[in-house]
Amino acid sequence: MAKVKHESSWYPLEPGESVLEGLLRQGVSVPNSCRAGACQSCLMKAVGGAVPEAARVGLKDTLVAQGYFLACTCRLPEGTELEVAGAEGLRVPARISALSPLSRDVLKVSLVTDAPLDYRAGQYVSLVREDGLARSYSLASLPREGVLELHVRLITGGAMSGWLASEARPGARVFLQGPAGSCFYVPGRPEQPLLLAGTGTGLAPLYGIVRDALEAGHSGPIWLFHGARTPAGLYLREELRGLAERHPQLHYRPCVLEGGTRDIAEGPLDVLIRAECPKPVGWRAWLCGDPQLVLSLRKKLFLSGLSLKDLHADSFLPSVPQAGASPTDTAGAR
Amino acid sequence: MSDAVTKSVYEQIGGEPAMAAAVEVFYRKVLADDRISHFFEDVDMERQAAKQKAFLTMVTGGPSSYSGKDMRAGHAHLVKQGLNDMHFDAVAGHLKETLEELGVPAPLVAKVLAIAESARADVLNR
Repeated sequence: MAKVKHESSWYPLEPGESVLEGLLRQGVSVPNSCRAGACQSCLMKAVGGAVPEAARVGLKDTLVAQGYFLACTCRLPEGTELEVAGAEGLRVPARISALSPLSRDVLKVSLVTDAPLDYRAGQYVSLVREDGLARSYSLASLPREGVLELHVRLITGGAMSGWLASEARPGARVFLQGPAGSCFYVPGRPEQPLLLAGTGTGLAPLYGIVRDALEAGHSGPIWLFHGARTPAGLYLREELRGLAERHPQLHYRPCVLEGGTRDIAEGPLDVLIRAECPKPVGWRAWLCGDPQLVLSLRKKLFLSGLSLKDLHADSFLPSVPQAGASPTDTAGAR
Repeated sequence: MSDAVTKSVYEQIGGEPAMAAAVEVFYRKVLADDRISHFFEDVDMERQAAKQKAFLTMVTGGPSSYSGKDMRAGHAHLVKQGLNDMHFDAVAGHLKETLEELGVPAPLVAKVLAIAESARADVLNR
C-alpha cells in the first residue's frame, strides 16, 4: 500500500489510485478540473519522497525544479510514501542592512535574514513590516551573496515605499515570506539564446537571472532589454555595461520612449526587441514589469515562435488600488 | 482485433507529448485568426493552453472527463457573445491544419474531425 502525508495526516491510497483521487476520497480538499493531466489545476508540491516522472509530464522545468507535480497523474508505486503540501510560504525574521538610491525613484533595500533564505535568483518575496503591512518585491540578488537585494519603486503616497524612503533605518526588523514565483534560470542547454526584457523595477529579477545564468556558464547569446519612459527611469546602467564588457555573449540594451541618446535606444520596447531578435524560435525568455507590456510581449513572442514552456512572465501588479491614483502610478508597484 | 482498432488516435499519434506539441501550433493559429482570436484571448496564456490541450486530448480520444454537458456549460457565455457555425468551422479548420502539419495520417485526421463535429451541437448550445 502506498500512502500520502498532507498537513500531518497520512492517507492510504488504494491500488492504482492517484494522489488526487485518494485525497478527495478521504475528504481532503484539492482544487482540480480535467483530472487528465492537462489543466494543471491540481498542482501540488512534494516535500518528501519521490514523485513518479509521469506526474511531471507537461510541467515547466521551473515548477519541476521546485518539486511541483500534478496530483491527478501521480500514482505511487506500492509501499512508497509521499509528503505533499500546497504553496504556503513561511515568514522568516529579517533586518534591513542598508538603504541606498539607485535612481531618483528607485531605492535599493538590502536585507539580512537570521537563517539563510532558500531561493532562486529572480523569485520574489513578501516584505512584511512589524505592523503587518506587506508588499511583494522581486529579489535582485544571488543566493550566494547572502545579503538580499530588493529594488523598490517610490510611489507617491505608497505606504511601504514611503516608509522605506523616509522612516526606515538600517537595523529595522521586518519579516519575509516566500520565496515564490517561477521566473528564474534553470541550468541546462547553455548554448540556448536567452531574452530578458523588463520595464522599471522589472529589472530587479532580470538583474538576478542574468548574473545567475552567466555564473552557471551560459554561453549562448543573452539579450537584456530594460525599458523606461525616459532615461531617468533607467538604473544600474554602469553595472550592466560593465557586465556586458566582461561577458561578450551578453547584449545590454537600455531603451526609452522619449529622450533617447547615442547609448539609449528610443522607441517602443517590442519594436526594439523585434529589430534585434527577429526570430526567437527555440529561445528562452523572461518578461518582468508593467502587466500590460508583459502580456503583450508574451503574446507577440509566442506568435513569433517562442514556446510557452520557455516563456516566463512576471507581471508586477499593484498591491492595492489607491484611491485617486492613476493606473500609471500604481502599476508596477513591485 | 488489430492495434489500429483498439488504440485511440491519441495513443497512435504519441499521447501527451504529441498533445503538448500540437497545442502550441493550434494556439498560434487561433490567436492569429482575427475571426476567432477574441474567443481565445486570455490574460493567463497557460490556462488557455491547458484548456486547448484538454480539447485536443478529447477530440483525439485521449483520457478526458469532458461530457456534452460540460461542453454546453463551458461555451454558453461565448454563444451569448455570438459564437456560431462560422467560428466553429474556423476552429475545426485550424485543428485539421495543425494535425496535418504534425504529420498525422489523413484517416486519423478524419477520425478526429468527426469527433470534433459530434460536439458541434453542444458547443453551439443547440
